[in-house]
Amino acid sequence: MKTQAAASYPLGVSTRGKMLTRVGYAALYTLLIILAVTQLLPLLWLMLFSLKNNQEVFNLPPFALPSQPHWENYMNVWTSGNIGRYFFNSVLVTVISVVLTVLLASFVTFAITRMRWKGSQLVLGLFMVGLMIPVHSTLIPLFSMFLKLHLTDTPLSIILSYVAFNLPTTMMILLGFYYALPREVEEASVMDGCSVNRMFFRIVLPMTTPVMATTSIINMIYNWNEFIFVNTFISSDENKTLTVGVQNFIGQYTTDWGAIGATLMISILPILLVFLIMSDRIVEGIAAGSVKG
Amino acid sequence: MEKVMSNKLVIALYVLPSLLLLLAVIYVPIVLTGYYGLNQWNGIGPMTFVGLDNYQHLFTDTAFWQSAWHSLLLALFSGVSLIGYLVIAMILSGNIKGANLLRKIYLIPMLLSSVAIAQLWLKMYHPTNGVLNSLLASLGVHNPPEWLANPSLVLPALFIPIIWQYAGFYILIYYAGLKNIPETLVEAARIDGASAWQIATRIKLPLLREVINVTIILSIVGSLKYFDLIYVMTDGGPNGASEVMASYMYHQAFRSFDFGYGSATAFALLLICLVATWLIRKATASGDTIQYS
Repeated sequence: MKTQAAASYPLGVSTRGKMLTRVGYAALYTLLIILAVTQLLPLLWLMLFSLKNNQEVFNLPPFALPSQPHWENYMNVWTSGNIGRYFFNSVLVTVISVVLTVLLASFVTFAITRMRWKGSQLVLGLFMVGLMIPVHSTLIPLFSMFLKLHLTDTPLSIILSYVAFNLPTTMMILLGFYYALPREVEEASVMDGCSVNRMFFRIVLPMTTPVMATTSIINMIYNWNEFIFVNTFISSDENKTLTVGVQNFIGQYTTDWGAIGATLMISILPILLVFLIMSDRIVEGIAAGSVKG
Repeated sequence: MEKVMSNKLVIALYVLPSLLLLLAVIYVPIVLTGYYGLNQWNGIGPMTFVGLDNYQHLFTDTAFWQSAWHSLLLALFSGVSLIGYLVIAMILSGNIKGANLLRKIYLIPMLLSSVAIAQLWLKMYHPTNGVLNSLLASLGVHNPPEWLANPSLVLPALFIPIIWQYAGFYILIYYAGLKNIPETLVEAARIDGASAWQIATRIKLPLLREVINVTIILSIVGSLKYFDLIYVMTDGGPNGASEVMASYMYHQAFRSFDFGYGSATAFALLLICLVATWLIRKATASGDTIQYS
């Protein structure tokens, strides 16, 4: 009954007659759709010019279709440069960082929320203050530290940075979930003579799979797109990830728009695909990750 | 139970790896940044202790203050645009059909890397073949502006893609917050004859206050440390017209190899972000808790 009322008078305009409602609705929808189109149009244009040759890019109107799609742009870009290598590096760095971050954050969150020890609140505080630290203010010392340890230009330098900077956000999302876990689970397993490790790996961790999936996706998006650490720490082409590799690659192709478009499309397609498949999780994760601060 | 859950060895094993990483990658570098700022150093050679010279120089460095002003402008611009996002989220949350799909579409740019967005918008702003100037040309404009090469247009031209990138993010946060407001409250007000405007301003806004506070901090602090897109699109140019604090720091350290001065800038950036967070918290927390009567 209640929901029905809410559905038929969504904006509280019920008192002003049906006509106004309809006009109002149309106006609101127009606004919302204009916004959606604005969000998509640059990407549509990118897709279009990734399939055109220069002549078509320069002579046709921006949103005209190419006479025939030049799929060879994609082939050329993939085979002529290091895109495949960058792609592999991005996958490697992203996967390792995400697994490490989510696992380590689960350990700490479990220890803080479920176990009893002095200093747990202090440690939690240290992690939460980490949320407010801009990466730029750590960049110069990190660079010189990694230089001394011979870690610059290795994937390890960026993985360590990603894990450290993602731990606070990840823990923040996990915290609420861990606090809500019922105490009875622990009591029962302790009664059965379960060790803490066993309890954590066999009972608690499986129970938190949904929230781990959410945090993994958020971590993934962040790591896949990260720029400043890779740009600073990695110097050789062999170790670059897609974001920085794409940036340099485009530098060589300033005039071939089709090649540039194809490169950009290759770099954003994986994220778009993941989004198509798991959009609910992502939306929910981003909302959870930001509001709880 | 008590004994199992306060097992010191397990706690240490669960907490120490992450804690050490946090200290090594975030906290130690921050202290070092402050310390490097007291030295003259090219990053490789020996450091010379110069006391507060770098910090004093920062105060009189007009190029730094210009970059700080640009960061502040971006912060103000982002802060004001939150109002628009809030309005959109309000409309979207009013049981609009397709709301789910729309907010997902809005979110798409946020998922892409800053480099891809920057490269795409570089093409959008291209003086002759970009979408913008192609359209202007077809409308009969003969000398369309060179958006990114014009010192007085470059900042607004950069703000637009930033807005485009983050719109969906803030709309999503507000939408999630609005959906958390119990339907019964809104329904009760509606039965009492409250108008849509009254419901929005007297009920939804006060209840959304915490969420709004968080977004204000996120957008202002995020703007103060904003870097990626500007670095790729204009690199602070033309002639410093789009330099922001983070890019200024980066140029000092990694291009001029003035690591001491770069560190002082980075430390100032950190302090400005922390002070801004504190000020916003203070300003938004001053009111009493809202009473509903």
